[in-house]
Amino acid sequence: MADIASTDAPAAALAIGEVDDSTARLHRNLMIGIAIALVIAPFVAYPVFVMKVLCFALFALAFNLLLGYGGLLSFGHAAYFGMASYVSAYTAKHWGLTPELAILAGTGIAALLGLAFGALAIRRQGIYFAMITLALAQMAFFFSLQTPRFTGGEDGIQAVPRGKLLGLFSLADDRALYWLVAAVFMGGLLLIYRVIHSPFGQVCKAIRDNEPRAISLGYRASQYKLAVFVLSAGIAGLAGATKAIVFQLASLTDVHWSMSGEVVLMTLVGGLGTVFGPIVGAIVIVSMQNFLATLGAWVTVVQGVVFVICVLLFREGIVGMIAKWIKKPL
Amino acid sequence: MSEDIILSTSGLTKEFAGFTAVNGVDLKVRRGSIHALIGPNGAGKTTCFNLLTKFLPLTRGQIVYNGRDISREKPAEIARLGLVRSFQISAVFPQLSVKTNVRVALQRKRGDSFDFWRSEKVLSPLDAEALRLVDAVGLSAFADLPAGELSYGRKRALEIATTLALEPEMLLLDEPMAGMGREDIERIEALIRKVSKDRTILMVEHNLSVVASLCDRITVLARGQVLAEGDYAAVSKDPRVIEAYIGSGVGHGH
Ligand SMILES: Nc1ncnc2c1ncn2[C@@H]1O[C@H](COP(=O)(O)OP(=O)(O)OP(=O)(O)O)[C@@H](O)[C@H]1O
Ligand SMILES: [Mg+2]
Repeated sequence: MADIASTDAPAAALAIGEVDDSTARLHRNLMIGIAIALVIAPFVAYPVFVMKVLCFALFALAFNLLLGYGGLLSFGHAAYFGMASYVSAYTAKHWGLTPELAILAGTGIAALLGLAFGALAIRRQGIYFAMITLALAQMAFFFSLQTPRFTGGEDGIQAVPRGKLLGLFSLADDRALYWLVAAVFMGGLLLIYRVIHSPFGQVCKAIRDNEPRAISLGYRASQYKLAVFVLSAGIAGLAGATKAIVFQLASLTDVHWSMSGEVVLMTLVGGLGTVFGPIVGAIVIVSMQNFLATLGAWVTVVQGVVFVICVLLFREGIVGMIAKWIKKPL
Repeated sequence: MSEDIILSTSGLTKEFAGFTAVNGVDLKVRRGSIHALIGPNGAGKTTCFNLLTKFLPLTRGQIVYNGRDISREKPAEIARLGLVRSFQISAVFPQLSVKTNVRVALQRKRGDSFDFWRSEKVLSPLDAEALRLVDAVGLSAFADLPAGELSYGRKRALEIATTLALEPEMLLLDEPMAGMGREDIERIEALIRKVSKDRTILMVEHNLSVVASLCDRITVLARGQVLAEGDYAAVSKDPRVIEAYIGSGVGHGH
């Protein structure tokens, strides 16, 4: 039988989300690499395209925080992304808020919505949790459909002014706006990285791994789950609110269930439970949608095929596979 | 001399859809003792633990811990009162390293950890203590390995280290030595003896030689009811106990 004391060399360790010094260095270098890529990107690619990728990447990062590190599968993350998008568009257009305040307003509302929806959903586990998040998101969708005075109904809120940052710097130019979006993205990424590697994140990972055990150690698991839900919803809102300013549009697409599905797709393709996976997933999916746009409805089919291939060939996602390869958490 | 009782139950009962798994159990655990809960498979031992730690709601009865009625408390609150359990099915955090498993328990000393804005470096001062506990259960060589990759026996050992990290006033151990080899059983037995100095332990254990050498008092459970209680010598001679064990056709232990 098992002999605890025997000292056979342990197999190569890959404790997910744990950071020794060399891993911390690798992560820091990757962060610097991303920052440099962000500076170069608008000169080698269409800024609007890059901004779209960044908004979706941030959305996927938020979703991954909840599922990959909190162990909570939300099928309704479009609610936070979409509602924030409406609030940001509405306040920028009708209240004349400056873009940073409009984005802040959207983020705040998403976090509040996350608080309300999360409090209901965390009463149930597993698939029931997922179903409640989906049902609540559908309610948010129908609310949007039924209140055209706020959401513009089928038309959405169009021609949202990009405005002037802090009331001073015009963001009408794509490049100018790009720097704001890049800063929002980088800030969101660093925040999520910190959350994952904080004392709070440590407890979340424990709850994800074995909730009864965490409770038996005295952790009030539902409070941690609610907190990570609110954080995730808020950051998803930040992504949606920023997107509304970039495209000068908030529409029903943003709150639609298919948007909830898309973020699941990006996260799984990139690598669930990896820090950087959702970014790669967002790049892959958004690029695919762009380059295959001429295929019309067939994009969805191609997307489905890519997804199936991904799950069959490398279940850990692209970044998850690389992490396994180099034996370091990414 | 009045006994100092740390944990007592009266009429503890749990019904599952008409089936009574625990039936009117009155249990008294003396402070500072090592108390064994034994009985054939399906006797209701684990269910008792689940009731005591409020992982299951009671159907009837009362639980008093340190003079306080805990019959309606939530499981996390029970742990905060110093009554900490282990699980029969080894419960570790599989994706966290062995060291981190223990550190998560040590982290409880900080109170709640809602500080998501701080670096986990603030937890580094706990590392030395975590490694000491990992060493105490003989897992030093595996400190950086994800706990999910440990063998069954080693997971049990890790679970004990994690439980001890909380320095609980009272431990409930559900078959702590199941799946371990002889050497490990001796190590864990010695560890339990050592940590029992200033705490109370209630343990479920099938290995009767361990029970005989370790435990001051034994309660025998069968079909959800207390069959006998006393020290090992008295209990092992009790004809009802012998019959219950033979009747169930299970020859546990050695
Ligand atoms: N959640 C549940 N729902 C229905 N029945 C249950 C539940 N949990 C336990 N039981 C039943 O209650 C009885 C007692 O189970 P319990 O696990 O407490 O036994 P035990 O004494 O711990 O046995 P073992 O030595 O095998 O661990 C068993 O018949 C079991 O099938
Ligand atoms: Mg049991």
